[in-house]
Amino acid sequence: MLLKHTTKEIMERSALTVNPAKTCQPIGAMYAALGIHGCLPHSHGSQGCYAYHRSSLTRHYKEPVMAATSAFTEGSSVFGGQANLLQAIDNMFTVYKPDLIAVHTTCLSETIGDDIPQIVNKAVAEGKVPAGKYVIHANTPSYVGSHVTGFSNMTKAMVDYFAETGAKKNKTINIVPGYVEPSDMEEIRRICDAMGIPIIMFPDTSRVLNGPLTGRFHMYPAGGVTIPELRQTGQSMGTVALGNLASTAAAFALDAKCKVPYKLLDLPIGLHGTDMFIDILRNIAGVNVPDSLTFERGQMVDIISDMHQYFYGKKVGLVGDPDQLLALTKFLVSLDMCPIHIVTGTPAGKKFTAELREATKEVPCDVNIKVEGDMYLFHQLVKNDPVDLLIGNSYVKYIAKDEDIPFIRHGFPIFDRIGHSYLPTVGYRGGILFLEKILNALMDRQDRDATDINMELVM
Amino acid sequence: MASTTHAEIADKRLLDGKDPERIKQEMLRDYPPKIARKRAKQIIINKVDKDKTVPEISSNVRTIPGLIGQRGCCYAGCKGVVLGPTRDIINITHGPIGCGFYSWLTRRNQTDASASPDGHNFMPYCFSTDMHEKEIVFGGEKKLKQAIQEAYDNFHPKAIAVFSTCPVGLIGDDVHAVSREMKEKLGINVFGFSCEGYKGVSQSAGHHIANNGIFTHVIGNDDTVREGEFKLNLLGEYNIGGDAFEIERIFEKCGITLVSTFSGNSSIDDFANAHTADLNLIMCHRSINYVAEMMEKKFGVPWIKVNFIGAQATAKSLRKIAQYFESPVLAEKVEAVIAEEMPDIEKELQLIRPRTMGKRAMMFVGGSRAHHYQELFTEMGMETLSAGYEFGHRDDYEGRRVLPDIKVDADSRNIEELDISPDPDRFRPRKSPEELKQLVEKGLTFSDYEGMMAEMKIGSMIIDDLTQHEADKLIETFKPDIFCAGIKEKYAVQKHGIPMKQLHSYDYGGPYAGFKGAINFYRDIERMVNSKIWGFLKAPWEKNPELSANYVFDE
Repeated sequence: MLLKHTTKEIMERSALTVNPAKTCQPIGAMYAALGIHGCLPHSHGSQGCYAYHRSSLTRHYKEPVMAATSAFTEGSSVFGGQANLLQAIDNMFTVYKPDLIAVHTTCLSETIGDDIPQIVNKAVAEGKVPAGKYVIHANTPSYVGSHVTGFSNMTKAMVDYFAETGAKKNKTINIVPGYVEPSDMEEIRRICDAMGIPIIMFPDTSRVLNGPLTGRFHMYPAGGVTIPELRQTGQSMGTVALGNLASTAAAFALDAKCKVPYKLLDLPIGLHGTDMFIDILRNIAGVNVPDSLTFERGQMVDIISDMHQYFYGKKVGLVGDPDQLLALTKFLVSLDMCPIHIVTGTPAGKKFTAELREATKEVPCDVNIKVEGDMYLFHQLVKNDPVDLLIGNSYVKYIAKDEDIPFIRHGFPIFDRIGHSYLPTVGYRGGILFLEKILNALMDRQDRDATDINMELVM
Repeated sequence: MASTTHAEIADKRLLDGKDPERIKQEMLRDYPPKIARKRAKQIIINKVDKDKTVPEISSNVRTIPGLIGQRGCCYAGCKGVVLGPTRDIINITHGPIGCGFYSWLTRRNQTDASASPDGHNFMPYCFSTDMHEKEIVFGGEKKLKQAIQEAYDNFHPKAIAVFSTCPVGLIGDDVHAVSREMKEKLGINVFGFSCEGYKGVSQSAGHHIANNGIFTHVIGNDDTVREGEFKLNLLGEYNIGGDAFEIERIFEKCGITLVSTFSGNSSIDDFANAHTADLNLIMCHRSINYVAEMMEKKFGVPWIKVNFIGAQATAKSLRKIAQYFESPVLAEKVEAVIAEEMPDIEKELQLIRPRTMGKRAMMFVGGSRAHHYQELFTEMGMETLSAGYEFGHRDDYEGRRVLPDIKVDADSRNIEELDISPDPDRFRPRKSPEELKQLVEKGLTFSDYEGMMAEMKIGSMIIDDLTQHEADKLIETFKPDIFCAGIKEKYAVQKHGIPMKQLHSYDYGGPYAGFKGAINFYRDIERMVNSKIWGFLKAPWEKNPELSANYVFDE
């Protein structure tokens, strides 16, 4: 047993987190910043933070993750990190020549109270920021929210620093894709392209964290939203924000700053999530949905109907990030599956819990929803009320192995498989891929458990 | 500069056909002048005098903000490296959630819980106080106390350790006082570490703090003397990928009793007992030499430097152990084991050497590995062009002979040096001064480490705390056949079209220690430097972009 000390009996805990279902803000900010073209993310704190964040993102994407640090010493922790950040800005622009530096803070610099804009102004005054280059920042104290909050804060910073109000709105739609994979961002763009809608997506980590091996290392890969595009977001006719926790802040800021109205949607995961996304896009942009997308939708419906018997009534335990959990739960319910344990470590609020309750109200079982729970509790819930399928990040494999339950990897981090960088979960195509994953997991199990007598060739 | 002496001219060597000094200047050219001056002292072209004196290298100095390097923090060194791999201590990270999360299972320290009677194994778990804003403002001691209580109630461990993260030091939580209080209340060993991430200049500070803590709170707690004639501790072996298991296998064959390993496949019970051993072996000098020094002062256990990375190095280290115990039985046994293991090594080397001979490697890792792994490459007929440590000190590069000359700077001064004196009851010199003298005369060296540079070729480039910029320059200039570092460097190197071997996590392979480990390593490196994929980077139309006159159908 890997997690042999995990008991079925659940004791109330108020202070100890065991096996967290979240991590801290700065890593989300670093991930978001990598979705700007030519950007070097910068961690204003001890060097351990950026080392950990780069390591985790690298293990997850198996790609270079470039970022820098202020490398606080004990002295800077006492006297503030201004000197370190000034030196870092100078060194980064001199040696690594990014178009912009995206500074995020840490628990250390936030506890000290470093004022980043003031330090950046000083850097500008001292000539450390070359003409046409930028330093942006987001406050991302690690002791507030989670990695999702950090992603949201850095995405909002893109609006705060760059969005410009124009005389006239154009036909472009801004997409804030939420905390999703590069493959998902690519798929969202493909859908919009197919509909003939010009978009600006920010951040956009596709072609940054799923790049090719060519024999040449590029410090700043081909992908990412550009600074001119970020400026133009203020002149777009509207914004579609995907996922409340990760995307609302940026969309709201853009509305407040440049009067660009926004529509908040769930992540376009599953049939209805994707339907809603495409339907809203159609209405905002005033375009017809191309047959190609309707055809893809039909394929997805076809698969669900063909294989319905394998989905029906199966109990699922999910652990991960709020926006993902909400969309996935709705997807699973639409398949007549029963998500019965839903846990996130992110403090997502009462409204989120209520939305999950609403989404699962027709599930014919007791549904445990724990917002601000951890994986230890999740495991205990599974022990008390076993499930047929687990969905979560790589750490869930320890639970899956101990309890001998089929398992699909989804979320962050995935350290032990590839796929998430290249194959989407969003859209109809992503949905088909996800259906395949569910079926493979469940049907492989049926095959494994089949006796010599009831082994099925055709399923 | 003063006029060049003859000796210097004679020492001037080309590195792989290139002038290393010129390459160094090219690396520095892109830095702001002040930074270039600092880095110039950390990039050294190797020279080795007859008495093994090597040039001074600036190391264990502050990381330069903004340059992008390899280093982690004090917490990572303390919790992640030294204390993390012990299965039966509940390690609670006191801080916001990130630090505990990132150090959860990511270092591949294997452990065999069936070796402990109670079977405790908390290593697959992550424990954190997950501090929120409230605790940052009003203090986190109350939450920490409650967390320790909950850890005890849920898991009933025999020991709990508490690790401070950056904000803990700033807000002034006293983790030691809380630990003392809870130790008394729960009746189990509870101890804290002030290993805030900003302390020191790298992981190295955390190693030292961990050494101090484990020496103060654990070593010597159990005086039970175990059976066995040749009892020793293995220090600085973390059982990545099962390295310690392989070393244990060899020790067992030789009849050597391993009292404890600091810290791989380890139990706190073994640490408590470590002072009863008769010899300390040091693998990773950087991370653990402090414990060895303190055990010698307090309990009289001498230490020698060993290396179980490389078949020859393993054999040499085993012979040193036999020499120390002065037992013909052990010496005979060791020779028999070496004789038994070596044929497989030779057989494997015969197979792979034609495919590895003359290939060139670079390695930038740790505080020992960049040195130790050169042994394995040498066995394969490969040359190390350039190497350096992430968090080594001058003694790791230049040898302990320079210890008296090392200036203690502001960052090092803050890391406590414990004042250790002989234990009134338990200090027991294992060898008399006369015996020690005789052993030294026979060639055994105690309490010494010669460092990396003395064993490297003249002209090779030694680079401390390598930056991304310097790594790129090295790769572009030399196009090495393999580059070794950690996960953060891995894919940037490979984008250049050069295979990259992780020497922290072994790319999820291993073990690489001992005899069987050497064979694993030969095979992995042979596979990597000869992998077909590096020849497939260009599509046919990229190799030959001109359209040819004929359609393919016409041929």
